[in-house]
Amino acid sequence: MTFRHATIERNVLLLMVLTLITVSIGGLVQIVPLFAVESTIERVDGVRPYSPLELAGRNIYIREGCYTCHSQQIRSFRDEAERYGHYSLAAESMYDHPFQWGSKRTGPDLARVGGKYSNEWHVAHLMDPRGVVPESIMPPYSFLQDRPLRGRDIAQHLKANRAVGVPYTDEMIASALVDLGAQANPDADASGLLARYPKAVVGDFDGNPRLLSEMDALVAYLQMLGTLVKFSDYSLKDLQQ
Amino acid sequence: MSAIAAVDGPGVPALTEVRVRPAFEPVEDVVRAFVVATMFWGIAAFMVGVVIALQLAFPILNLDLEWTTFGRLRPLHTSAAIFAFGGSALLGTSIHVVQRTCRARLFGGDLMGWFIFWGYQLFIVLAATGYLMGITQSKEYAEPEWYVDLWLTIVWVVYLVAFLGTIMRREEPHIYVANWFYLAFIVTIAMLHIVNNLAMPVSLFGSKSYILFAGVQDAMIQWWYGHNAVGFFLTAGFLGMMYYFIPKQADRPVYSYRLSIVHFWSLIFLYIWAGPHHLHYTALPDWTQTLGMTFSVMLWMPSWGGMINGLMTLSGAWDKLRTDPALRFSVTAVAFYGMSTFEGPVMSIKPVNALSHYTDWTIGHVHSGALGWVAFIVFGAVYYLVPVLWKRPALWSTRLVSWHFWIATIGIVLYITAMWVSGIMQGLMWRAYDELGFLQYAFVETVAAMHPFYLIRALGGVCFLLGGLIMVYNLWMTTRMPVEAGVPAGQPAR
Repeated sequence: MTFRHATIERNVLLLMVLTLITVSIGGLVQIVPLFAVESTIERVDGVRPYSPLELAGRNIYIREGCYTCHSQQIRSFRDEAERYGHYSLAAESMYDHPFQWGSKRTGPDLARVGGKYSNEWHVAHLMDPRGVVPESIMPPYSFLQDRPLRGRDIAQHLKANRAVGVPYTDEMIASALVDLGAQANPDADASGLLARYPKAVVGDFDGNPRLLSEMDALVAYLQMLGTLVKFSDYSLKDLQQ
Repeated sequence: MSAIAAVDGPGVPALTEVRVRPAFEPVEDVVRAFVVATMFWGIAAFMVGVVIALQLAFPILNLDLEWTTFGRLRPLHTSAAIFAFGGSALLGTSIHVVQRTCRARLFGGDLMGWFIFWGYQLFIVLAATGYLMGITQSKEYAEPEWYVDLWLTIVWVVYLVAFLGTIMRREEPHIYVANWFYLAFIVTIAMLHIVNNLAMPVSLFGSKSYILFAGVQDAMIQWWYGHNAVGFFLTAGFLGMMYYFIPKQADRPVYSYRLSIVHFWSLIFLYIWAGPHHLHYTALPDWTQTLGMTFSVMLWMPSWGGMINGLMTLSGAWDKLRTDPALRFSVTAVAFYGMSTFEGPVMSIKPVNALSHYTDWTIGHVHSGALGWVAFIVFGAVYYLVPVLWKRPALWSTRLVSWHFWIATIGIVLYITAMWVSGIMQGLMWRAYDELGFLQYAFVETVAAMHPFYLIRALGGVCFLLGGLIMVYNLWMTTRMPVEAGVPAGQPAR
């Protein structure tokens, strides 16, 4: 029996099925092993789910489309390591639904911006970028400062994250609303928060203790980026995928 | 050629004209509506593009308002260009082409056609208003949230059923090659859309959801989707357009039937592997990156096979380029397709990508495809379609088509050359060391160095927008010309 392409051209269902098979192969080969091969995500300590305030801040980062200009993925080059820090690990974004690696650096990479600047610097910069960096072309985000953070449903957000695989415990979900406020309030007892979310940065981020603002959340998120893994504990060999 | 010749394809006018046609009444109002939507969204997309280009040159234009920042307008621009402008063109032309080449009325008739039209327009409006309010999944080219994704899925399934149903009731034994590409576009986009958008809504009454996948797997799935939005939305679908409209405009059959078979299967097989080249040197495992690079380089071959098939269709009819400026758009589109499908594989090679990634070079590359290929092939098709659909003898002014062509072409050249220079410059500045071994430039110095190129790019965008406005005026005047007496439906008088 000789093959004739005309057979396919005369049968639209055959054409469709063969097309589907043809376009499925590449994706299956590239995607399935990323879930199956264990070394895809490096074994490092320290990576934890986002605290409620960080998660709320991350959602503001997403809402404002920060990813359109800022990457969060340091490539394995000398100049990037010197400019931004250790190259990014897959483990560092293992709880990121969705990932925020970005594709364009109109502004600098933010994968390790945590702890590099003070809270005051971040607030001043977000309020008026050119007041701090004259050549900057970033839009101002002054409206974040006066807007109360809407966090009443934060436990629901943790639950949705748990449904897609982030290991939030019942305790974390139960205390989500308390933790949300405690992280931005230097006078609150943060011991529970820090036990649940080690290395969380606590403080009145926006300089306005009377209001838990969207600015508080966004700066809390920025201040933890890239700070969770202690790289001095690992050699390059430990980090091989 | 025999198989193709048996079809009422665009390439065989002599055959079709003598044959006695059984009457069939194509659904045309819907196609007309899609043509109008294409032009409307095209102008909108170009305009937002000019605005955000200027925002990068003059940040004051962000207006210090949350709705008008670059971060919210950029998805508006990309979605308007890809899904609203490109999508309306694809849906409209596919409905036109499938009816003509199958000589069958659209399955589901006007009702199904109008559902597809309004359903798709509603998707666009829901997505766009969401972006302005900050409702986004932050996955590039898949920004709409879960409820918009669900709605699009419904519309898309109806579209697939209408398209398949029309092919099934065809009068012709063979399915014409343009329909293979349209079908691959519809089916593959469905697959990509569904997998990439799997998400858990926070509540049924809120817009926010969390994507099912995380981190490195999410990155891979996103760029499997993202690159194949290019491969199947912006390439396969528009190749369907090329395989119908260029033969129609040139009045010549497709150059090679055999080449179109090889082109089709190799293109759709190879494209799907190319995604990882968006993730070179990242935390994606090396084996995946290398695989993505290898297939991206191989992809050059089917891409150029398709280009050759499109260009060579003009053999014996090259003189028409002098007299038909609309055909000039289609042919230049194929040339730009050839150029950007050469540039793409080059940029996917890891050491090249090390320089180009994260810079404006990528933006320039995308626009040589989006403006040069996608928009130009649409312009060619729409210039052809409007007299056919509105039953006018010809376009109102071919001179204005010529003006549009040159202004838009100059716009593209300004755009992509500015982005080449700024992208390569920025990449080199990031990695430059001074004689003492320190990084030579602070990041913000590279930002400042971009400024003149952002101005040139915006100027290029303005040219492209101007061309679009000339086109709208010309088409509007065309529809206001008197209807030509005695032209039966669908027969252009030329």
